[in-house]
Amino acid sequence: MTVTELVSYDEALASYDPVMGLEVHVELGTRTKMFCGCSTELGAEANSQVCPTCLGLPGALPVVNKAGVESAIRIGLALNCRIADWCRFARKNYFYPDMPKNFQTSQYDEPIAFDGYLDVQLEDGEVFRVEIERAHMEEDTGKSTHVGGATGRIHGASHSLLDYNRAGIPLIEIVTKPIVGAGERAPEVAKAYVAELRELIKALGVSEARMEMGQMRCDVNLSLRPRGTEKFGTRSETKNVNSLRSVERAARFEIQRHAAVLSSGGTIIQETRHFHEDDGSTTSGRVKEEAEDYRYFPEPDLVPVAPSREWVEELRGTLPELPRVRRMRLREEWGISEHEMQSVLNAGAVDPIVATVDAGAPADQARKWWMGELARRANEDGVELTALPITPEQVARICALVAEGSLNDKLARQTIEGVLAGEGGPDEVVEKRGLKIVSDEGALGTAVDEAIAGNPDIAEKVRGGKIQAAGALVGAVMKATRGQADAARAREMILEKLGVEG
Amino acid sequence: MPGISREEVAHLAKLARLELKDEELDHFAGQLDDIIGAVAAVSEVADDADVPPTSHPLPLTNVMRPDEVRESLTPQQALSGAPAQEQQRFKVPQILGEE
Ligand SMILES: [Zn+2]
Repeated sequence: MTVTELVSYDEALASYDPVMGLEVHVELGTRTKMFCGCSTELGAEANSQVCPTCLGLPGALPVVNKAGVESAIRIGLALNCRIADWCRFARKNYFYPDMPKNFQTSQYDEPIAFDGYLDVQLEDGEVFRVEIERAHMEEDTGKSTHVGGATGRIHGASHSLLDYNRAGIPLIEIVTKPIVGAGERAPEVAKAYVAELRELIKALGVSEARMEMGQMRCDVNLSLRPRGTEKFGTRSETKNVNSLRSVERAARFEIQRHAAVLSSGGTIIQETRHFHEDDGSTTSGRVKEEAEDYRYFPEPDLVPVAPSREWVEELRGTLPELPRVRRMRLREEWGISEHEMQSVLNAGAVDPIVATVDAGAPADQARKWWMGELARRANEDGVELTALPITPEQVARICALVAEGSLNDKLARQTIEGVLAGEGGPDEVVEKRGLKIVSDEGALGTAVDEAIAGNPDIAEKVRGGKIQAAGALVGAVMKATRGQADAARAREMILEKLGVEG
Repeated sequence: MPGISREEVAHLAKLARLELKDEELDHFAGQLDDIIGAVAAVSEVADDADVPPTSHPLPLTNVMRPDEVRESLTPQQALSGAPAQEQQRFKVPQILGEE
């Protein structure tokens, strides 16, 4: 393996202009596979969700899943695409054990959706339009386990084992047009595009789009051309880049690698490359087969899909508010900056905050807890915010307890801690841990008396008109009540008892 | 003039994992060339008559099924025809040869 000395990113961008193409595969969340009724449920035992059709047994015939077509059309519409009024499936022929039929049923020159765009917002608020070439329907492959090699990789393996439960699960492949004009921000645009697409897919409810589970996978195609020239350079295709951060890193690495090869007088070979999560590098894969080597031809076992315009319009009517539009609306409703909204989005806190507000909490309070205490906990535990064992309703209840004066911030944090520890809902935790603010006059009065008696010097100062000194007495009351006193009421009582006006 | 060369037939045979002897290549290249010529003749007539190419004999569209789970095979049934199996999976020979 040859190690390429990379050129620095700035140096690369000084001489070259990157052109990108992004191909994203989304595994649909349909109950059944694309061409047969086998379940798509995750976690089933090996080869328990297969049938003659998805095993490619002789004589078996595929039938298209209507929900798969609907999802494809809705994705197309959400991406501002035109929807084909007539299109076919095609066989993509190749020999590889992950497809028992020896072809993948896909679409070739007649995609169901084409010519669209997706506007994505970069960290600083700039909006970049990514044009969509096409979105087409196809099916996933089986899962291989390579045995006998040192690292479980295909190289050096003595044989491989195949589980076809995943073979035939519907996939939508979304392909951008060449993304030009992003310049040094190309890696950022790539990441923002995949992030926005993921939000869109989730909002449509067609897939959970969890990248870490392979429900959404991205290929990053990249080439460089000398600055000021028009003609695209030769591209590399980095396959299966499976996190947002990796998309950005892969694009960045390839820019630096291409620049190094080109500026030393070398040529880029059109090839697939593998991305390595550990150091963010890519290494050479196989030299790309020519498209014609797949010998695409129309699938004779399936009839054309010809969505009527009525059906398309009906599906258009089911589109949700698009994520970027929704974020703009929420940002205004919540009265926060672009930057703050971006943080909320990055933290995965948009939906939890909305749900907490829906449950009756003021937006600023909901945001404060989800972006503060809860984000910190999720981060510590290495989980998504929504995976924390606390519901938006429970957070809203805590906000209500603070608003009515039963809890202060410190006690609210302890309540959250209790809920997260599985001690019950907020009211139960407050009850069990005895967290309610001490505001009944008797108990508070005693604590105030003790504070005055225990700090005669300070009490004297306050009597003498140094009202600021009362703070120390309030502090003593809070300490004595382990933070559970109503501080404002304690201050009032201290001043009252010392005979001074607040 | 459409047609197919001996090299193209050899390439297709390789893609289809068919091992063809030299004389078979000569034989099939000739036959396939005749077939392609015959199909081209049909296309010419169809072109004149403005007939779109067809990929299916029946004038059907939108044959779809509802997204409802149907019973699958059992793993035992699924694997019953497999030449080799291991850990309830289809066992296949080494995919990448030594390079
Ligand atoms: Zn099946």
